[in-house]
Amino acid sequence: MQRTVFRNRWLPYLLVAPQMAVTVVFFFWPALKSLQLSLYRVSPFGDKSTFVGLENFTRLLGDPDYYRSVVNSFVFAAGVTVLAVLGALVLAGLATQKIRGLAVYRTLLLWPYGIAPAVAGIIFLFIFHPAYGILPYFLSFVTAYEFNWLLKGWVAMVLVIVATAWTHLGYNIAFYIAGLLAIPSSVIEAADVDGAGPMRRFVAIIFPLVSPITFYLVVLNMVFAFFESFGVIDAVTKGGPGQSTEIMVYKLYKDGFIGLNLGSSGAQSVILMAIVIGLTILQFRFAEKKVTYR
Amino acid sequence: MPRPKTLGAGALPALVLALALLLVPASPAFAKTEIQFWHAMTGQLNEAVNELVKQFNESQSEYEVKPLRKGTYAETLTAAIAAYRQRQAPHIVQVFEAGTQTMMLSGAVLPVYQLMKEQEIAVDWKDFIAPVVGYYSKDGNLYSMPFNSSTPILYYNKDAFQKAGLDPSKPPQTWKQVEEYSKKLIASGAAKCGFSTGWPSWIQVENMHALHDQPFATKRNGFDGLDVQLLINREFGVKYLTQLAAWQKDNIFSYGGRAGTADPKFLSGECGMYMQSSALIGGFTKGATFKWGTGQLPHWGAPYKRATSIIGGATLWVMKGKPANENRGTARFLKFISDTPQQMWWHVTTGYLAISNSAVKNLEAGYHFKKHPDQFTAFAQLTRGQATPNSQGLRLGNFVQIRDVIEAEMENIFAGKKSAKQGLDDAVAKSNEILKEFAAANKQ
Repeated sequence: MQRTVFRNRWLPYLLVAPQMAVTVVFFFWPALKSLQLSLYRVSPFGDKSTFVGLENFTRLLGDPDYYRSVVNSFVFAAGVTVLAVLGALVLAGLATQKIRGLAVYRTLLLWPYGIAPAVAGIIFLFIFHPAYGILPYFLSFVTAYEFNWLLKGWVAMVLVIVATAWTHLGYNIAFYIAGLLAIPSSVIEAADVDGAGPMRRFVAIIFPLVSPITFYLVVLNMVFAFFESFGVIDAVTKGGPGQSTEIMVYKLYKDGFIGLNLGSSGAQSVILMAIVIGLTILQFRFAEKKVTYR
Repeated sequence: MPRPKTLGAGALPALVLALALLLVPASPAFAKTEIQFWHAMTGQLNEAVNELVKQFNESQSEYEVKPLRKGTYAETLTAAIAAYRQRQAPHIVQVFEAGTQTMMLSGAVLPVYQLMKEQEIAVDWKDFIAPVVGYYSKDGNLYSMPFNSSTPILYYNKDAFQKAGLDPSKPPQTWKQVEEYSKKLIASGAAKCGFSTGWPSWIQVENMHALHDQPFATKRNGFDGLDVQLLINREFGVKYLTQLAAWQKDNIFSYGGRAGTADPKFLSGECGMYMQSSALIGGFTKGATFKWGTGQLPHWGAPYKRATSIIGGATLWVMKGKPANENRGTARFLKFISDTPQQMWWHVTTGYLAISNSAVKNLEAGYHFKKHPDQFTAFAQLTRGQATPNSQGLRLGNFVQIRDVIEAEMENIFAGKKSAKQGLDDAVAKSNEILKEFAAANKQ
């Protein structure tokens, strides 16, 4: 790493100031506000508010539905991360082959990222909805199997995982394509000469060389799944059937913005924040050791 | 993650723009007093609202009502609350029936009866239809102006009935007939499933309890106090949901999701019967490719009495803290929309119930119901049974969350994950927790 030396002591601070201002206004301030809210019981219109200490937290910790949403979140985040990262690696691998029309493929692969999660959810609904989806309609011609996730929780979960992973695939692919293209062809050719097949080359050379990207993407996709997957869930299942797809961030939204229980919602966001920070620290502690930086 | 960053970066210009817009002074060009009206009506209903407002604006020259659609009901309410906290509340906000208790206890509203009294505008409250007024009144005084009210009814596919050898002019009256007709519809191949439903909690739990004169909650369904507990896990509720779950296995009943997501099941001909809001008549008239009719919600018969169904929809709430001259405009607008000609127009245009007896009488005199018998089904149902404390409506805090809890447990029951008893017990336990929390937040 090269150290840049600024002549003016204040210039570097000035340069990061805009970004810091945005971060403070849109992240730190709301985070502090949630922390404050989590200690109060507030009426919907905010006219009555009492300090209740940790009551919002103890209530959540005694609520089986909350634990379900935590478990759902982990299942969902793991599913989305694995699918979106592995899927992206495979697709990026294909999109770096020497094939005709490469630019077209690459553009098309990046496209889904430009789609808002809620819109992606609607698209999935039109494909998979038991009442008006095109897929169940065609399925009904060939099989008696009823694709009804309105009552089958795990099918609904798989559906939202796939939809969410799909929206994020493009972003991951872009990183992987860049990473794969940066691998010097001499390394691969050398392995080729030594008699390594495509699989062996991938496992022994390519995968370790893109591991920093993989690490980065795993962290980001996980955070994304925990925090920002709200749109797809809201559009597709609204947390149902039962509470099968109610992940933490969706429950938080429902309790806070529909139920107008701001205290509990604040407490939920504090817990969610703590979990995600904890997970990220863990990943940096343990997973990063296995990453090869060049 | 790039998303949080793009969010921040995207939000900043938006904020700047919003600030800039705030700084633009209200143009002094028009002397008319503006009345902000936030609502949640989409599509054709949105157009109907705009048209109604236009009629008012053209009817006088002092006030200009500005309608603004703020999203779904929940989003509109959330937006109004946020605006109220910033002292930027609209004059009028449309709130769905489930938000009634929240609004009544908010301390942020000016009850309409009080507004009208202050403005000395005479309204014949006695002329309003009882089940509609009852839902939104406290101590006999109306708190919000009924706007779009509906009640669930039964829709049935006449073509499918014909094919199944059933009389297409006779919808089922009892649940026994629903079962029998469903079996015939399925056996004859006229439909894949007997019936489905929209709004599972509103129709199958709330309205079914009211229709059979069963209490939904203690304290007269919450009208008498905040210390409320649900009663839906008693004999009637358990028996009924056990039956629905059993029918779900045989396709006599086919669950199609919450809100209106099951509509396609009826429109595609998959299910021969469908229970949904009376406000869907217009939509089905446009959307259905087959002949259909309507009937009243089926009843279990003895030993249960027959009471009226309850209403759903939304009312208009007046936010307090506005200057008297603006309140005058608000009052005049609300008076305008409750007048007989507007009520008749609104009913004919949207299919929502007319809320005054005079409007209903005039519609009858004009043979409207003869020409559109389906439009009368809801009125008949609301007046046929006896109005009892159980059928007056529900007054529960955090009702939206409670509906959500009930619907989630209904899904567990229909999926066979829980028995009806277990599911309803769980729904009641969770809802009671929510009610306790609401009572605590509002008692301070």
